[in-house]
Amino acid sequence: MGVSLKIALAGEGGQGVQSVAEIISEAAYTAGYQALYIPNFGVEQRGGVSLAFVQISREQIGAPKFMLADVVVALSHRAVDRSRQYVGPETLLIYDESLRDEVRSLYGTEQKQLAIPALVVAQQEMHPRVFNVIILGVLMQVADLLERSHVERALERRLGHKFAQDPSLRELNYRALERGYQMGKGGVAV
Amino acid sequence: MAIEAQPQMPRVWRAETKPHKFCPGCGHGIILKALGEAIDALNIQQRAVFGCDIGCSLLAWDFFNLDTIQTHHGRTTPVLVGLKRARPELLAICYMGDGGAYAIGAQHLVSSVSRNDPVTIIVANNTQYAMTGGQMAPTTLPGQKTETSPYGRDVELTGRPMLGPELVATIAPSGAYVARGTVANVVQLKNFIQKGLSNQLKGRGISFIEVLSACPTNWHTNAAETWHFIEKEMSKFFPVGELRTPDGEQRQEVEHRGRQP
Amino acid sequence: MVTKPIKGEQRSFMTGNEVIAWAALAAGCEFMYGYPITPQNEIMHYWTRLAPKYERGFLQTEDEISAGFTTIGGVLAGKRVFTATAGPGNVLMQEAMAMAEMMRLPTVVVVTQRGGPSTATVIYSQQELNLTSFGGNGEGLRIVYSPASHDDLFSYTIKAFNSAWKYRFPTFVLGDGYQSKMRAPVTLYDPEERGLTMEPCYPMVGLPGLPGEEREPAHLRNTYNLEEELFAILSDSIKDYESMTPEVVEWEATAIDDAELLIIAHGIVSRAARAAVQVLREEGLKAGLFRPITLRPFPVAELRRLTGQARRLIVVESAYGQLEKMVKTALYGLKIPLRSYLRPGMGITPEEIVQFAKEL
Repeated sequence: MGVSLKIALAGEGGQGVQSVAEIISEAAYTAGYQALYIPNFGVEQRGGVSLAFVQISREQIGAPKFMLADVVVALSHRAVDRSRQYVGPETLLIYDESLRDEVRSLYGTEQKQLAIPALVVAQQEMHPRVFNVIILGVLMQVADLLERSHVERALERRLGHKFAQDPSLRELNYRALERGYQMGKGGVAV
Repeated sequence: MAIEAQPQMPRVWRAETKPHKFCPGCGHGIILKALGEAIDALNIQQRAVFGCDIGCSLLAWDFFNLDTIQTHHGRTTPVLVGLKRARPELLAICYMGDGGAYAIGAQHLVSSVSRNDPVTIIVANNTQYAMTGGQMAPTTLPGQKTETSPYGRDVELTGRPMLGPELVATIAPSGAYVARGTVANVVQLKNFIQKGLSNQLKGRGISFIEVLSACPTNWHTNAAETWHFIEKEMSKFFPVGELRTPDGEQRQEVEHRGRQP
Repeated sequence: MVTKPIKGEQRSFMTGNEVIAWAALAAGCEFMYGYPITPQNEIMHYWTRLAPKYERGFLQTEDEISAGFTTIGGVLAGKRVFTATAGPGNVLMQEAMAMAEMMRLPTVVVVTQRGGPSTATVIYSQQELNLTSFGGNGEGLRIVYSPASHDDLFSYTIKAFNSAWKYRFPTFVLGDGYQSKMRAPVTLYDPEERGLTMEPCYPMVGLPGLPGEEREPAHLRNTYNLEEELFAILSDSIKDYESMTPEVVEWEATAIDDAELLIIAHGIVSRAARAAVQVLREEGLKAGLFRPITLRPFPVAELRRLTGQARRLIVVESAYGQLEKMVKTALYGLKIPLRSYLRPGMGITPEEIVQFAKEL
């Protein structure tokens, strides 16, 4: 992995794609990188596929959106399709295991890819709401760009007010993050 | 007429710009005299800012020894609302015609009233657009001939005369002062305007005064016909009186003869 | 005395809309008037959360016509005030801005461009350049700044208040939906601590002294009976505008000294263009970038001078020739071939510009 990373995240509204993007970009910023995050904010944001573009670099970042991503994260059937334009020959595609058939039929087996059982793990072992935090962990492990402490600090900034109300949420989120990091370890290097 | 009975100019009038630029027989001079006397009586020349609209009201841009801003058609209210929000100690007077108030500026009027903006709005209702040459207005009477209703206003196609004060009185929050005066009763008109300005001074809420006014030039009327039109024709549709007074918040019952003449 | 919103320099990571709200606060702006429209909304959201803490005011108006005219009211009152809008709201606001232009009222408007015409997208474009520069029934005697980064958004929002009150022309910060919505680093600062003096504001009505007795009343009119009368006033304004131009124009030139291929872009597109210049240089092409920061007045003399040795020009914009037209007007008479990469309402990446340049 170089010192520049372009990530496109796609999911259904409510899956927490924008939160993941915000936490990553915030973590990169506090770690001393140049970071830029822009949500896709069309009228379709209500009820459509939610897209987020994140760029992390040692150098000044140019345009806020890009043609091809280093990593594309697709979290729903529609998101697999919607994010296709950002997938190039070198792009790593991360997706939920439940979308395997979808991905195979669209990309075959050549594309660098990482299927993770985030949905199942979140539902069965944790809570559906931490699905996106598992994804965050996977992404951070795979990217291997930021210290874990920066990610955790950004997570606290984003969710700290909720943790304060219900301390068990903190434990749940950190468990989800850890699980994500573990899932990412088996993955492909970007 | 009342105007001849009181030849003295109000103190706040600007002598250098008199005689004024309005047509002979125009109602604006009478309304602005009543306004001038009300300003004198309340001794607010130092604090008052006068805003005039597009239409014949714009001819008042140098009428008073008052700081004055002449704005766009229908936009006097928002300009003075913006001013009043930034400088609440000033007294904002918005002067316009019925087109500016009820047609192109209607959304500003309705919104200002529902916000209860602390400004005083004075509307000259002469049943048509005078400066542009006598076109139909929201206030044109049924059957009245204008340049854009040459065969008489057809209420089936173009609606009935708009009742501004009634609209304002219906939607205004408490603290509002709403009245309709007429140039045919200057003493009453001055009283209404003075109450409207006092209401702003006391910070109670919006004040709105419509004035039945005269436009012999576009009505093509002589003096007798002009007064007849105001007192006999217009008053059938537009009953004169106070519709809302903040004291006790009682609604004054005004006979709505205009609804079904 | 209310404490200053920003002390020292503060590094922060936030959206552009938030940056604009902080800039207005830091500039000592006392009042915002506004009407909801995407992608401008969060300027109002942040402003309404911050304003009461620093004794600043806000009025949500019934539409953008009213937002424009209430802003004029605030200016007449002698306050440092602003509004923000986009797209169809910018169309409605032009009536008030035409009045401000004629009456030399120092209004400040932040425009966050979105795709057009009509409702179109709420996302992004550079299609409000013509409208913002020349939207009234007049001559476009306005100052229009085109920021390209969050630091620009902060600095030029502050500067807009100063230019407006110094020169008394309506002043605009022409941003876009990308800049509004993206999160990026920014350095916030207190202007005074940087040695910047805020241009004083003064009332135009509601002046001290009894009008007509202790002083002349302010009779501000916007109506003229004679062609000669109007012409005289416009001529004065045009003269002021032209004499102000050398002081106000701003631009940025990158790798321009030996550039044979000169790319011209403004706002956020200039960032992609700068990245493209770097790539083209690495590949042996002598590329350079000219970025006008003021679009009104346009840096005509500077562009003509810097275009000197270029053999080819490329205009790149997220509009269909709005910047191109300004460039062509500025370069009238020069015989350098010009091609444009025009993508109305679309974001532009460095890769596209590189490809376009190489295909020439």
